[in-house]
Amino acid sequence: MTALIQVILVVAGAPLLVGMMRQIRARLEGRAGAGMGQPWRDLRKLARKQPIAPEGTGWVFRLAPLLLAATAVVAAAAVPLVATDAPLDGVSDLFAVVALLALGSVALALGGLDTGTAFGGMGASREVTILALVEPTILVSVFALSVRAGSTNLAAIVGSVAENPWAVLSPVSLLAAAALAIVTIAETGRIPVDNPSTHLELTMIHEAMVLEYAGPDLALIEWASAARLSVLLGLLASLFTPWGIAGADVGPLALLVACLALVVKVAVLGALLAAGEVFMAKLRLFRVPELLAGSFLMALLAVAASFFLP
Amino acid sequence: MTGSLLATASGLCVVTAAAALFVPDRIRALVAGLGTAAAGGFGVAAGVAAALGGRWSVWLPELLPLAGVRLSLDALGGVFVAVTGGVAVCTALYAIGYAREHGRVVHGVLPLFVASLLLVPAAASVSTLLVAWELMALTSLLLVLAEHAHRPEVGKAGVWYAVMTHLGFAAVLAGLALFAAHAGGESFDQLRAAQLPPAARNVVFLATLIGFASKAGIVPLHVWLPRAHPEAPSHVSALMSAAMVNMGVYGIVRVGLDLLGGGAPWWWLVTLAAGALSALYGILQAAVSSDMKRLLGYSTTENMGLVLLGVGAAGFFAVSATPVLAALALTAALLHVVNHAGFKTLLFLAAGSVLRATGVRDLDALGGLRTRMPSTTVLFAVGALCASALPPGNAFVSEWLLLQSLIHALPASGVAGAVTMPLAVGVIALSAGLAVATFVKAFGVGFLARPRGGQAERATESPATMVSGMAVAALCCAVLALAPTVVLPALTAAVSAVLAGPPAVSGQVRLQLNGVIGTISPLLIAIALGAAVALLLGALRLVANQRARRRARLWDCGAGPMTPRMEYTATSFAEPLQRVFDDVLAPESDVDVTPVKESAYLVERVRFQSRIPDRIEHRLYRPVLAATAALGRSARKLANGSVHHYLAYGFAALTGALIILAVLR
Amino acid sequence: MASLWRKIKKTGRVAEPAPGRPESAGPADKVGELAGSVQIRHVDAGSCNGCEVEIASAFGPVYDAERYGARLVASPRHADALVVTGPVTRNMEMALRRTYEAVPEPRLVVAVGDCARNCGVFAGAYGVAGAVSDVVPVDAEVPGCPPRPEVIVAALRGLTGR
Repeated sequence: MTALIQVILVVAGAPLLVGMMRQIRARLEGRAGAGMGQPWRDLRKLARKQPIAPEGTGWVFRLAPLLLAATAVVAAAAVPLVATDAPLDGVSDLFAVVALLALGSVALALGGLDTGTAFGGMGASREVTILALVEPTILVSVFALSVRAGSTNLAAIVGSVAENPWAVLSPVSLLAAAALAIVTIAETGRIPVDNPSTHLELTMIHEAMVLEYAGPDLALIEWASAARLSVLLGLLASLFTPWGIAGADVGPLALLVACLALVVKVAVLGALLAAGEVFMAKLRLFRVPELLAGSFLMALLAVAASFFLP
Repeated sequence: MTGSLLATASGLCVVTAAAALFVPDRIRALVAGLGTAAAGGFGVAAGVAAALGGRWSVWLPELLPLAGVRLSLDALGGVFVAVTGGVAVCTALYAIGYAREHGRVVHGVLPLFVASLLLVPAAASVSTLLVAWELMALTSLLLVLAEHAHRPEVGKAGVWYAVMTHLGFAAVLAGLALFAAHAGGESFDQLRAAQLPPAARNVVFLATLIGFASKAGIVPLHVWLPRAHPEAPSHVSALMSAAMVNMGVYGIVRVGLDLLGGGAPWWWLVTLAAGALSALYGILQAAVSSDMKRLLGYSTTENMGLVLLGVGAAGFFAVSATPVLAALALTAALLHVVNHAGFKTLLFLAAGSVLRATGVRDLDALGGLRTRMPSTTVLFAVGALCASALPPGNAFVSEWLLLQSLIHALPASGVAGAVTMPLAVGVIALSAGLAVATFVKAFGVGFLARPRGGQAERATESPATMVSGMAVAALCCAVLALAPTVVLPALTAAVSAVLAGPPAVSGQVRLQLNGVIGTISPLLIAIALGAAVALLLGALRLVANQRARRRARLWDCGAGPMTPRMEYTATSFAEPLQRVFDDVLAPESDVDVTPVKESAYLVERVRFQSRIPDRIEHRLYRPVLAATAALGRSARKLANGSVHHYLAYGFAALTGALIILAVLR
Repeated sequence: MASLWRKIKKTGRVAEPAPGRPESAGPADKVGELAGSVQIRHVDAGSCNGCEVEIASAFGPVYDAERYGARLVASPRHADALVVTGPVTRNMEMALRRTYEAVPEPRLVVAVGDCARNCGVFAGAYGVAGAVSDVVPVDAEVPGCPPRPEVIVAALRGLTGR
């Protein structure tokens, strides 16, 4: 039940989140902006357009957008966003969710490689490089967070945080939050790691892989990247600001409150991210590893803190 | 039951070997393949029977002089025998189509190699183990040299392999001989009961660790592995990489945990560190390698490193009184052995299929095999998914278990654990990430897009026997990935054969950890993914306008057509990683600019060369080799051809020995 | 960072208020299908770059064409409309045709500037293959040399219907 609510929330809300972030950027840049609903209009139009099979591409190219979007849906169902009882028991493990999202990235990278264009290969190469470097930070921060809960089960972690919300102000939590925030930015391809609105192929990471996709395929990819962003921001919100999240076996009212709380929290995080992007330029590709190494160090410090500052 | 099955398997191997020597050329591959496959099937049955409680032992005093052959198969050995049998079935089926051109020696030695692999885990005394070990080394060496007449590199790789494997043998021999001398007997039961002084225990453990680790391809003793694997025929690579390296792990578990019964925590921290180093170094080299089989060889080093990391963690937990975690870590390590055997068999066989069809191993010259070799492509994709530790692949499950054992260590294991475990988690995570990059490269560059060379363009699908061998391996991988619980009873029995304590993992559809909180269901993940795909397809059908998919030119920015030369190659794909890990890999590149005669500013030709040498080999082995060569050169002066000198040497040596004896007595 | 924030606060909104909606410029069925979202790929077929400057200001903060649902994208595969400037030179003729081919249906072409409409001052020049409509079917035209940003924005609003 909660899984269904979460999937519906993410499916409907993810494009709105992106629309809101674009709107905030537009306002900060002095523009009027296209409105929050614009990504939905874009998706509706893309879904109606003609799909294209570029010459030399095959089933990998066709399946990649579906798999990418499917991993986002499963992640949305598995991560405890509105309630702490495990929405999909047996999947809602932090490692499993991280690996699922990585599977989506891999699918898209293979789709990019399947085109055989220089840009597709370039994007795929960069994407998996960043993926490989992001992985240690995520897992070590998970380690730090799971120490208190005694499990890597997301429901257990979020539940233990929800019982004692002020523990998020401990050094462990703060360090892990910082580390996870950095990798969230890297995973979702936002500034300063990647620029989602760039037109310059040589600086692209995510966009370079999708240059050949059109119509419904592109709609799936755009929706999936919005959904990944929402799920990861929602996960950050659940892990570090558990206020409002519903406990196990609660009535519809508590669930409604939890949904509203989730929307507010994700919107605030998204707004912060969008505002931050206005103040920052994209990093050079080969400076990104330094950023990720820094986040890895923070995650290691978080583990050390969890041991020495119980 | 167990005994008769194992005897049938080994007997079949010997019969097949003999038959392969004498049957006519036309049916030799078929006879050898079917015989070895049947032997492998009996091996699987024997292993499963042993793992499920049919412990068996026998003493055949007349087979070997002095000690006799002592065999015993318990659950731990059973797991390894079953894995070997499974790998043998796949490779033997595959070899029917693949090894048709090989001579009678190769066909005859292969079953003997399988037999030795089946006997090593069944050995129950030092002498039996060493004999089986040496048989394994010799037969595998012959198989590595199978194609020495065609390529000169094969001989070189064979020399490396022979030297490394015999150095390892010497280390194992020294360790076990010392052990047996202190124990006053050489059967494993006597060794188990022996009380050794701590110093001797340390020496025994370290010597056997070095010997067994060299067989497992652990850094820095891995140098033979990336050389021998590319040069051996692919089905031999599969057997070596999926079955033979496991024997190193088996040896460490058997001697360290079982016969020595634990020991000091530092033993296991050393083991864990060696495993972690191998995992990182192996996968890093694999990530930047563009030779497909070399890449797979380095990936073996990585996976054996992960297994050893698990074994080290298990030993550490066992001696620091956390039996729950010890059992979990060892279960994870053994499950990873099984999983690795599955996907590595599949990957090597698929690589061999590509090699047969194209004649090239270089990823930079491959591509476009998706349309030309559809079955091989799908099967390689399954193997690559499994190897990159992503769900729904099988390595994901074992790495998940391994991470669970490390993560739950923190409260229990003191400062040493608190420092080690987070780093170990980081190492596993980084190696998993790099494995993803490696196999995206291997599959994406090797099989997708358009062919980068003429050989890849002319590739055709392999014969049905080869595909069926790969398909069996892929099926095993799928079962292991979706229902890992089917092998759990055997693994649990194997773990409880060496470690006391309750079973670590239980469950049917869902893996449930005992003693710590944790649950995962690979089947549910796969079902959820399938359901999500169906949901999305349905949703698209509702919304989309159902325009037919149109074929179009690749978007080439409006310029001329895209040529295969414009595609990303494996080298360019790995370039960002190479740059990030520049300090570790130390790539060598040189640019050679030739100006035209008239002016230094006009360039006629630019030649760029880049290669990534194995740095450990460079730093560690080259000086030793150079010193040995120098020693040999200087020793040459002693042999100047004069008989008088030689007589004088003999006299001097004898006198010296007598003086030493006189002083010591 | 603080100075940038002060600058943002001091500048405030620079986008001019939206003028009334112009009449639809493109074919009604395609515009209806696009329903308020038009992704644009710009093709410079041989322009003097005067039109480019004006297009850049049409998408700049003051005119802000993005608020009507038009957006510039990097690949013709993602695009619904091509905005073509300049007379089509011989070197760009095939490229323009291929770009048009790369756009998935439904697709629109906007010829921006007098050169794109009828070759302008370059008519009859030896390197010119013809006007845009000689190479690909044109759905909307924007006159001017160069056209003012308001006119470009109005033409794009005709496509988005907003």
